[in-house]
Amino acid sequence: MIFDLALIWALLIATAVFLYVVLDGFDLGLGILFPLARSKTERDVMMNSVAPVWDGNETWLVLGGGGLYAVFPLAYAVLMPALYAPIMAMLIGLVFRGVVFEFRFKARPERQWIWDIAFFLGSLTAALAQGIALGAIIQGIEVEGRAYAGGWLDWLTPFSVFTGIAVATGYALLGATWLVWKCEGPMQEHFRGKAMVTGSLLLVMIGIVSLWTPSLHPQFAARWFEFPQIVYTAPVPLMVLALAALLFASLRSGRDAVPFLASLGLFLVTFIGLGVSLFPYVVPTSITLWDAAAPDSSLKFLLVGAAVLIPMILAYTAYAYWVFRGKVRPGEGYH
Amino acid sequence: MEFSAVDLARFQFAFTVSFHIIFPSFTIGLASYLMVLEGLWLATRREIYLTLFKFWLKIFAVAFGMGVVSGIVMTYQFGTNWSVFSDKTGPVLGPLMGYEVLSAFFLEAGFLGIMLFGLNRVGPRLHFLATAMVAFGTALSGFWILSVNSWMHTPTGYAINEAGQFVPENWFEIVFNPSFPYRFVHMMLAAYLTTAFVVGAVGAWHLLKDRANEGAKVMLSMAMWMAVLVTPVQIVAGDMHGLNTLEHQPAKIAAMEGHFDGETGAPLILFGFPDMAAAETRYKIEVPKLGSLILTHSLDGRVPGLKDFPREDWPNATIVFFSFRIMVGIGFLMLAIGLWSLYLRRRGRLADTPVFHRAVVAMGPTGFIAVLAGWITTEVGRQPYTVYGLLRTSDSISPVDAPAVATSLLVFIVVYFIVFGIGTGYLLRSMAKTPGGDAEGPEAGEPTRAAGVTPAPAYVADVNPNRRR
Ligand code: HDD
Ligand code: HEM
Ligand code: HEM
Repeated sequence: MIFDLALIWALLIATAVFLYVVLDGFDLGLGILFPLARSKTERDVMMNSVAPVWDGNETWLVLGGGGLYAVFPLAYAVLMPALYAPIMAMLIGLVFRGVVFEFRFKARPERQWIWDIAFFLGSLTAALAQGIALGAIIQGIEVEGRAYAGGWLDWLTPFSVFTGIAVATGYALLGATWLVWKCEGPMQEHFRGKAMVTGSLLLVMIGIVSLWTPSLHPQFAARWFEFPQIVYTAPVPLMVLALAALLFASLRSGRDAVPFLASLGLFLVTFIGLGVSLFPYVVPTSITLWDAAAPDSSLKFLLVGAAVLIPMILAYTAYAYWVFRGKVRPGEGYH
Repeated sequence: MEFSAVDLARFQFAFTVSFHIIFPSFTIGLASYLMVLEGLWLATRREIYLTLFKFWLKIFAVAFGMGVVSGIVMTYQFGTNWSVFSDKTGPVLGPLMGYEVLSAFFLEAGFLGIMLFGLNRVGPRLHFLATAMVAFGTALSGFWILSVNSWMHTPTGYAINEAGQFVPENWFEIVFNPSFPYRFVHMMLAAYLTTAFVVGAVGAWHLLKDRANEGAKVMLSMAMWMAVLVTPVQIVAGDMHGLNTLEHQPAKIAAMEGHFDGETGAPLILFGFPDMAAAETRYKIEVPKLGSLILTHSLDGRVPGLKDFPREDWPNATIVFFSFRIMVGIGFLMLAIGLWSLYLRRRGRLADTPVFHRAVVAMGPTGFIAVLAGWITTEVGRQPYTVYGLLRTSDSISPVDAPAVATSLLVFIVVYFIVFGIGTGYLLRSMAKTPGGDAEGPEAGEPTRAAGVTPAPAYVADVNPNRRR
């Protein structure tokens, strides 16, 4: 394998996307769970548990998109038109979800329900759209020359809809386990139950997607079912099972942080599994990461910045989380 | 009428970016203003600065939130609507935007939470640091995105590869391309002026209600110092920007000036109506020779006209002619207000001249109008190119069907007007609360106007910050 600039960047962007998925995943998950909160107080606590950090979480999405434009411009130029409708839906969803953090506390109390609904629908739309986009990428994109060649509804298939639902369910699990970590008392118990439900649903869905994906392309099937590749890929399903066991055990035994960490682990392992299927394509199954890469001078120029700045970003982001550590208590209004 | 996907995508880009730029114009200035307020509070420990800081912080939070969500839309629009542009410019412009994300957006977002919610958790000094980081981040973000935008106007430091992509040759020349220093300075000053006039208008409005409100006096005074000091600099910067444009984009200058025929000793057309179809400017009111004097600094210098250029390279002169005049007109109005404030200040009447306060309230939104007018001049004047002289707008477009663009455009229009309309309502409501009176409550939901009830101020102070030391 050639360990060159393009590959380093592919790993970096994959990391950015993964960080986005888990970080924004849990706060979108809170939005998806919003209708399940039993009182205004619970909804306030849910919002306050992420209000100081959601903007930073979402910035990883900007890095994912901006990074793709910088480093794999051809992939960006092909994927965005191919995913036109889901991307637009995601953006609109994020508009609603984002403004609610401020608007909800500014609205007259009798109108607050409008923003509660906007938060739920915005988060759900964004999550579904991201999952659908993922499914559409996995199932393959029609390319001619340097451009997308399909129609504007090609993304819509049973498979992509299913991955949409699976991603939304996964986010809900992250949200529920986040709340188990950040709350106490009856509210914690309530969401412990929700984490059980969403966790079980997610496991089933992971199973279905894992069996469905290899049937889409011969390459995927070869990676997962044929000797010798199976030697490398077999640990992935085993780890999914181990992490699922940890998740349920820790939920039952009343641990605070472990369920969230186990859910993160689940996401990590499935994400790696996805990478195994898709590599080396950025646009399956026509454009590899080397086809799409910008010239070395672009990759180098930005890599210098990334090498210096990403560690700093991680440091001050960790600091911000640390400042707001601990349980969020009702009435601890920031506003 | 049938719209092509190109028309729709252009309109969508113009619509979403115009909404977006409204928020940065305000948050860039306001973040710096908040930093100054908190710094003054730390230095003097005068309660009034903390009160004002808290007052504007709430407003900042709402505006910033709207800036973020409208900005995220922009990043993805390059790909969805302008994919050919993205493929070709990615190697040059992508890394600059990458730097913007890594150096600026993360900085803003990382410290925003502490700035908004952390005063009691981290203590005043660290909190001040967070505020400063957010302010620095907004300026840095302006630095990178304006470099990107300027490169599209004056591309340098690139080569073109066999796939037709622009590829970097010299990063220094790319980042510091010829129009960038002018555009950066002009835009940052525009953001400060926009904020100053909003702050001034809020101060003046509260003084009209209660002439003794100390917070309002401080706001008005600080804002008017900005107006006096920054407006002249902005006018000079704008003039230099124009000379730079004359050098690099003469067709744009011809359109802005309404000149169809190039001539020596050209007049300055004050008003008129550039008629693109007839290729002449009708109903002209002009000052002889002044055009040449301003643009070439000599009475007989030659000023370009649109007819010097092939017809298919003309920008729309009707639009840029007017948008340019709106911006410049507002610039001189701002100057007038600044000078008026200086006169009143010398006579000690800044805080009790209601006519002046009304004028300042009326000027409140003009910064936004000037910013939009300026961007329209710049961007429409660049047409028909996205990368000036090299890549046409019509060749930049994504292979997306018109119905997809039309649908999303419609959704954007509806959603933006609703969401940002309501957000603006909340902003105005927060601004209407009496600073220092009951800045914390009444809780949202109470009618905010304390109709005529003037909470007696603890002391009536002038605006000299040293007074209480
Ligand atoms: C001169 C300043 C300026 C200009 C011309 C633009 N922006 Fe902007 N942008 C900012 C100044 C800014 C800012 C001050 O940094 C913002 C505004 C409010 C905010 O929250 O940050 C921001 C936010 C912002 C965000 C959200 C960042 C986050 O997640 O925190 C994105 C993705 C963009 N912008 C992208 C763009 C794009 C693609 C533009 C070009 C079409 C653009 N901006 C024009
Ligand atoms: C933020 C303030 C900005 C405003 C208000 C603005 C406004 C506009 C307007 C009105 C147009 C349409 C021109 C026309 O079609 O006749 C346009 C086009 C365009 N602008 Fe800007 N712009 C801004 C900043 C930027 C920046 C920072 C970039 C690049 C990074 C950019 C990239 C483009 C592109 C690619 C087009 C071509 C699409 C088109 O022609 O509509 N703009 N802009
Ligand atoms: C009164 C004197 C002013 C002059 C002579 C002036 C001049 C100019 C010129 C020539 C341009 C076009 C640059 C290009 O060719 O691309 C421009 C753009 C612009 N102006 Fe002004 N301007 C003035 C005042 C203002 C004021 C008061 C504001 C806002 C508060 C403002 C905001 C802008 C913005 C946002 C742009 C677009 C960005 C850019 O290209 O810098 N201008 N101005």
